[in-house]
Amino acid sequence: MGLQAYLTLAAVVFCIGLFGVMTRRNTIGILLGIELMLNSVNINLVAFARYSGDVTGMVFTVFTICITVTEAALGLAIVILLFRIRRTVTADQLDLLKG
Amino acid sequence: MSADVLAFWSLAVVLVGSALAVVLTKNLFHAVLWLALALTGTAGVFLLLDAEFLAAVQLLLYAGGIVTIVVFAIVVTERLVGERISQTSRRIGAGAVVAAGLLLMLVRTIAQQRVPDARPEMAADLTRTIGETVLTRFVLPFELLAVLMLAGLMGAIYFARPDD
Repeated sequence: MGLQAYLTLAAVVFCIGLFGVMTRRNTIGILLGIELMLNSVNINLVAFARYSGDVTGMVFTVFTICITVTEAALGLAIVILLFRIRRTVTADQLDLLKG
Repeated sequence: MSADVLAFWSLAVVLVGSALAVVLTKNLFHAVLWLALALTGTAGVFLLLDAEFLAAVQLLLYAGGIVTIVVFAIVVTERLVGERISQTSRRIGAGAVVAAGLLLMLVRTIAQQRVPDARPEMAADLTRTIGETVLTRFVLPFELLAVLMLAGLMGAIYFARPDD
């Protein structure tokens, strides 16, 4: 398989994740979409690293995976905190900053 | 059809199918389980790209870690309300149009590029090479990553602390 096949697969997964982020009402559902998008970026990084013969992209993937996990832990902590304050995790009702 | 091509297409079907299930299924808990399948499929793609170490990291951190904390968050937030773990979507049409448009643009751009089809030879022991690169050329980002994870850990504990 060529590099293009992997890039196309990552693009499809990215757009599915984007669709989820835009359409989900539940905040946790939105976070799941973000995870999908970040995941597709990792596929791109590893594919480029493999087809250019340079290990740097794979090292970069280790970093992005760690950062993504930190992001997920913090995001879910914020969701739990929001739930404690507002008793809801529906994004439409989390409008504390509405002017 | 060679084994490589067959493996790629079956992984692609699993990955795209489970990703669609993540964003479309009504039950939030099922969506997390589909996400676990999608992340495992990504680990398979990493294996196809000869990155065994990354496949292991993907399974441990992503499929293990993220799924666990998402399930935890669902249990904490949904059970207290006492409702079903269901979720609805809004503006599906607009979302589909934007996502499909972006996909079309990306696929067209990718198709127009001249990218290599052959894989160059890489170090026989990629895991060793990754480890050596992390601890030599990228040692500063590596240490910064440790600080970031510590800050994230402290932030998560601070946010999720019990009321006093």
